Amino acid sequence: MIGLIGHVTSSLAHAGPLVRLLVTVVIMLVSAMVVLAVALLYEGAATYAERKVAGDIQARIGPNRVGPYGLLQFVADGVKLLIKEDIIPFYADRWLFIGAPYIVFTASFAAFVPLSYSEHVSVADLNVGVLYVVAISSVVSMAILMGAWGSNNKWSLFGGMRAVAQIISYEIPIVLSLLAAVILPASLDMKDIIVYQSGGLGIFRWLVFNNPFTFLSFFVYFIAAIAEVNRTPFDIPEAESEIVAGYHTEYTGMRFAFFFMAEYGDMFVVSAIATTLFLGGWQVPIIGGLSMPVWLREVLEVAVFFAKVFLLIYVMMWIRWTLPRLRVDQLMDLCWKYLTPIAFFNLVGASVWVLLLHGRGVYDLVAGLLIH
Amino acid sequence: MAVADEKFMQVSMGPQHPSTHGVLRLLVRTDGEVLSSVKPYIGYLHRGLEKIAERVTYPQFTPFTDRLDYLASMNCNLAYAMTVERLLGIEIPRRAQVIRVIMAELNRISSHLIAFGSLSSDMGAFTPFLFGIREREAINDLFEMVCGARLTFNYIRIGGVSQDLPEGFTDRTKEFLDYFPAKIREYNDLLSYNSIFIKRLADIAVIRPEDAFDYGITGPNLRASGIRWDLRRAEPYLVYNELDFDVPVGRGEMGTTGDAWDRYMMRIYEMEQSAKIVGQCLGMLAPGDHTAKVPRVLKPPVGEAYVRAENPRGELGFYLISDGSTKPYRLKIRTPSFANLSIVPKLGKGVMIADLIAIIGSLDIILPEIDR
Repeated sequence: MIGLIGHVTSSLAHAGPLVRLLVTVVIMLVSAMVVLAVALLYEGAATYAERKVAGDIQARIGPNRVGPYGLLQFVADGVKLLIKEDIIPFYADRWLFIGAPYIVFTASFAAFVPLSYSEHVSVADLNVGVLYVVAISSVVSMAILMGAWGSNNKWSLFGGMRAVAQIISYEIPIVLSLLAAVILPASLDMKDIIVYQSGGLGIFRWLVFNNPFTFLSFFVYFIAAIAEVNRTPFDIPEAESEIVAGYHTEYTGMRFAFFFMAEYGDMFVVSAIATTLFLGGWQVPIIGGLSMPVWLREVLEVAVFFAKVFLLIYVMMWIRWTLPRLRVDQLMDLCWKYLTPIAFFNLVGASVWVLLLHGRGVYDLVAGLLIH
Repeated sequence: MAVADEKFMQVSMGPQHPSTHGVLRLLVRTDGEVLSSVKPYIGYLHRGLEKIAERVTYPQFTPFTDRLDYLASMNCNLAYAMTVERLLGIEIPRRAQVIRVIMAELNRISSHLIAFGSLSSDMGAFTPFLFGIREREAINDLFEMVCGARLTFNYIRIGGVSQDLPEGFTDRTKEFLDYFPAKIREYNDLLSYNSIFIKRLADIAVIRPEDAFDYGITGPNLRASGIRWDLRRAEPYLVYNELDFDVPVGRGEMGTTGDAWDRYMMRIYEMEQSAKIVGQCLGMLAPGDHTAKVPRVLKPPVGEAYVRAENPRGELGFYLISDGSTKPYRLKIRTPSFANLSIVPKLGKGVMIADLIAIIGSLDIILPEIDR
């Protein structure tokens, strides 16, 4: 849509600067609204999906009362949360307490912006997209600590300390794994990275298949990402059975919902990053090479992108409802003793691969051998 | 209680906390995540049952025993009925004895299912809990057939049981026993041998045999420490001496003998054995009376009796003194969870918060029986 802004503003070249500014602001606001609307719709779908998946795994039905198949359950939940009493504890640090949910929510949704949903659909085509997402999602840990400290509750404090330790630790394997993938397209722009993965029937040139190191990186990234979004088996910051509800113990109603939605938003973002960097983004497999109308291609690309993202989200849900939770020190062990060294190894390996083979992937090498 | 020691943070865990298994309050002093001391505070559920016993007639107290260990009401009924019967010198018909064993063992299974499930949800895996509940439903259905109740049964009465087994009970029980072993295998695949679960429980909170004796630990918790002591074998009551079953003991399969994993695994092994016992008892059911001839008004001769029985959580003992009237002169209840809880301050020194949850969960305490 940045492209759209440029297009419109250049066509308004003869209009006054004020008009151009106004048009730009309007376009930005509209795109922000669109992102928010889509994201909120996704949240609703995700909470519904989570409960249905949990029901399926746990041999029960899940929501089935509100609307057909319980599809409108999330609307009912939202309304319920909206009309709940908003409690601010008497001894809470008011400003920190009130501010935290907004920052969590904003940071989580700001990460939706640079994602490339199809060749032409993206909110902003940032040339530092990957860096931006990593940076903005780190803000979440600060907001969590704000809320935890501001609640003035000991369980919240435990949760906050755990969350910060965990999120900051796991950022390292995440960034290292992303680097191992990013050095191949040599770009931080989401769209460039996806375009780099075109060809090979839209499957075989995915970065995950490029070389053994990126293959490993994908799994390191995915495990670390589950920890980054605080989901079982790494949900220790909000471990219900240990520290009640962790950093959001004291939050009620919509403030709680903001934390809750941020978690689902983060799930989407980390899955989208994994899709973009490792799984070919919106590349349509097999039929992608055929010629087709632009609109059809766009629709297919968006569908493919979301399908890949939702598959990863489903895997996260599946893991959540299957595994027990690690202890906090075991979690740190996993990060510092296993994931971080492996991620370093991957980064070095991928760099050497790029240096020696000039970025040609396993598919290209095999294809080259077959042709000769 | 004062702010004397500023090195530690004092946290009150409970009486409202997700994993204190009722209204237990643990006063915890922590240095970060590591506990320096744990002190259980009990009494939130005190109902004065022992005093009530002095004001009601002997049969009138039976329903109160339902409320001792509400997850194993049949076993509590049984121990009380046996105590009064010893005072009265009543001989129980054989059919009633076999029915009692069936009920006691079915209830042992259903109680262990809850122990299994609640420990798993304490460890952050919610699915096994619901799997446990699913099988417990089947047992509840059986109990509903015989007495109409699903929680507080009041089925085992002084002299026998309240009514004979209904038609179809044996078939439905056999049906349950047929599929139950497969479910236990499912639990083991899902949870028992899960490496995260083992990591969380193995070598945690080891109870050495001498400590177990010192603190009066009984039941599966004692056997997990490697001591083969089961009242059903050591002092057989009812028809237990005719039955073929093993008494599993902890062997330190995943770590040290007597660790939390061993205590957990005792429950799984005992469910297998109990299913075996129920199967044998169904074959031993011969036509006969379901209750002995008991006078309408019970006036036991002056004297006293102490009877203990192997409950799912350990030895439950009733000490009854009769003064020849229709009401007990004094009733003292020895409940297993009370003794089992007493070791928590010793085990809880220097462990992490998450381990404390594992300790409470693996001891499988139940509060109404502690507070009485």
